[in-house]
Amino acid sequence: MLLGPSGCGKSTLLRTVNRLVPLQDGRVLLDEADVARADVTTLRRSIGYAIQEVGLFAHMTVGENVAIVPALLAWERSRVAARIDELLNLVHLDPHRYRDRYPRELSGGEQQRVGVARAIAARPPVLLMDEPFGAVDAIVRASLQEETRQIARTLQTTILFVTHDVEEALRLADRLVVLRDGKVEQYDTPLAILSAPATPYVGRLLDARDVIRRLSLLRVRDAMVPGTSDATMPEILADASLRDALDAFLSGAETLAVRAGASRIGTIAYENVRRALRAQTAVGTLP
Amino acid sequence: MNYLFAHLPKVGTLLAQHVVLVGTALALSIAIALPLGILAARNRRIATPLLGTLGALYTIPSLALLALLVEYVGLGFWTAIAALVTYAQFILVRNVAAGLRGVPAAQVEAARGLGMTSAQRFWRVELPLAFPVMLGGVRLATISMIAIATLAAYVGAGGLGTLIFEGLDRQYPAEALAGSIPAALLAVLADALFRALERRWTRHLTPRAAG
Amino acid sequence: MSLPHLLAHAQTHVALSAAALSAGTATGVPLGILAARLRGTRGAILGLVNVGRVIPSLAVLTFVVPVLGVGFKPALVALALLAIPPIAINTDLGLRSVPPAALDVARGTGMTAMQAFARVEWPLALPVVLTGVRTAAIEVIASATLAAFVGAGGLGEYILRGLQAGDPALLLTGAGAVALLAFAAEFTLALAARRAGERTA
Repeated sequence: MLLGPSGCGKSTLLRTVNRLVPLQDGRVLLDEADVARADVTTLRRSIGYAIQEVGLFAHMTVGENVAIVPALLAWERSRVAARIDELLNLVHLDPHRYRDRYPRELSGGEQQRVGVARAIAARPPVLLMDEPFGAVDAIVRASLQEETRQIARTLQTTILFVTHDVEEALRLADRLVVLRDGKVEQYDTPLAILSAPATPYVGRLLDARDVIRRLSLLRVRDAMVPGTSDATMPEILADASLRDALDAFLSGAETLAVRAGASRIGTIAYENVRRALRAQTAVGTLP
Repeated sequence: MNYLFAHLPKVGTLLAQHVVLVGTALALSIAIALPLGILAARNRRIATPLLGTLGALYTIPSLALLALLVEYVGLGFWTAIAALVTYAQFILVRNVAAGLRGVPAAQVEAARGLGMTSAQRFWRVELPLAFPVMLGGVRLATISMIAIATLAAYVGAGGLGTLIFEGLDRQYPAEALAGSIPAALLAVLADALFRALERRWTRHLTPRAAG
Repeated sequence: MSLPHLLAHAQTHVALSAAALSAGTATGVPLGILAARLRGTRGAILGLVNVGRVIPSLAVLTFVVPVLGVGFKPALVALALLAIPPIAINTDLGLRSVPPAALDVARGTGMTAMQAFARVEWPLALPVVLTGVRTAAIEVIASATLAAFVGAGGLGEYILRGLQAGDPALLLTGAGAVALLAFAAEFTLALAARRAGERTA
C-alpha cells in the first residue's frame, strides 16, 4: 500500500513497476529480476493495472474489455469465454446480464468492478491499483475494498495499491509505505507504524495517538482468553477487531463469547482489550 | 425533366463518371490525409502550420484552383482529381487529428498499462474511438467533392457538369437540370448515408467519444 | 485586360456577393430564430436547410435559370439561397447554446421577453451566428465565380475566358483576384467574430 498526499509521487512510483514511467536512477526488481531488462510488452501483460478513471474501452462490450489481455496473449476462444464468466462472477456481476453491455450503460461502481476483472484476467502475479476507488461513493467504496481484499487472498495476488485515504490504507494494507515529497518516510506493517511512527509527519498523517485506530487493527482472536463461555453471553467473531469489541463493551456488555466458525473458542472482556493495547504500546515509543 | 428521361443512358454514364471521380479522389484523399492527420494529432508544432496551409488552400474558390491547375497540369481527369484531393485535405486532416486527440486519455493509459503495443493501441483503441469524428470529416469532404466535381466537366474531366454546362451554353435549361438534379440527389444521398453510418457507429459510445 | 476592366468585374463580384449575403442573412437569421423558438417548426426548417446545404452551388444556379432566366438578378437569388443554410443553422445553434441561467437572470430582473432577447440572448448567440455568416460569405464568394456561367459577370468571367481562349494571363488574373477576395473576406469576418466574442466574454 502506497500512502501519501497528492503530489508525493506515489502514482509515479507505482507506474515505474510496469514501466509507464521510465526510471532515471535505481532499479525496480520483480521476483529478483530487473524490470528494465524484460520486454516491456510482456512485462505489462503479466502485471494487472487498474486506474481511478477505469479507462474501460467504450467501443467494446464488458466481456470484450475483460478479455483483452487473454486475447492479447492468444488464449483459445473457449478458455477466454470461460474466464470472462469466471471473472465477472468474482466481482459480483452476473455474466448473463453484463457480458454484452457497454461501459456507458454501467454505474461507476460497476465500471470499476469490470476494471478490476480486466486487470486480473490473465492471472497476473502482481496487480497495480492506482486509487481505483477514489471516484466512487463511500458505500460502494467500502464494498469494493472488501471484495478486493478477498480477491487478493483467494488469488494469492500481490497488490500494489496507491491511495491518499488513510482509512483505506489502514484497512487494506499488509505492508504500508508512507510517502511524502518523493521520499519514503516509513515502510512497515500498519500496526508497527501506528505504534512507532518514524517521523512526526507519519504520526500526524496516521493520527498515531488515536488509540481507537490501533484497536481496529487488532483482532479479537489475539486478545481473547481461550476456553469455555457462558451460554447467556453475547457473541463476537474471532476475526472482528478490538474496536468492534470496544463498541460492544461501551454499549453495556460485560464479557463476550468469541465465535470462530461453528464453535465458541473463548471469551473476551474489557480488561483483555486494555492489556492487548498496553502490550502493543510497549513495543515502541509514542511521539 | 423530359430531357432527363429521354436521355437516361447519357445521364447514367455521366453519373457514373461523376461517382468515379469522387470515389477515386476520396480514396486518394484518405490515403494522404490519414498519415497527415495522425502526424498532426501527435505533434502540435506540425499541426498548426499544416492546418493553416490546408485551410488557406481550402479558401481558394474551387473554380480558381481548377483553373490554376489546368495551367500547369493541363485538362482532364487527373487535373480534376488533383483539385478534389487538395480541397478534401483540409477537412479530412482536421477531423482525423481532432478525432484522435479526442480519445479519452484514461482509455489510452489503460491500453498501455495492460500491455498493448503502440500498433495494437492504435488499431484496437484509438482508431475505433476516433472513427465517428473521422467519418464526419469523410462525409463533409464527400459533399464538397461532389460539388467541385460538377465543375470538373469544364476542364475536360467529364461528370454531370457536362450536361449543366451544355445546357447553360445552349440556353436549354432542361438539359442543365438533367445534370444538376442527379448531382443534387447524389449529394443528398451521400450525406444521408454517412450520417446513418455515423449514428450506427456511435450508438454505444459515451457522449464524450462521439465527436 | 486592363486594371479598370478587372476592377469593374471585381466590383460586380463584390456587389453580387454582398447583396446575396445580405439577403441570405435577412432570410436565414429569422429562420434560425424561428427554429430555435418554435418547437414545431424546428424539424421542418432544419431538415430543409440541412438538405439545402449539401446541394452543389452550380446545381442551385441551374435551378433558378428556368424560373428567372440568366443575368445578375437570378444569380443573386441563387447565391442568397446558398447563403441561407449556414446562417440559419448557426443562428439556431447560437440561440440554443445560450446558458439557461443567463435567461433566468434576465427575466428575473424584470425584462420583457423582447428586452431579454435583445440584451441577453442575441449578444450571447452572436459569435456563433457570425461564424455562420462567415461560412456563408466564403461559400457565396466562391460560388459567385460560377455566376459567370449564368451571365452575371464577376471575376469568374476572367477564369472562363481564360480557359476558353487558352490565355493563361486572363486565367491567373481571375483566379488570383478571386482568391485574394476570399482571403480578405475570411480575414475581416474572423476579426469581426472575435470582436463580438470579446465583448460578450
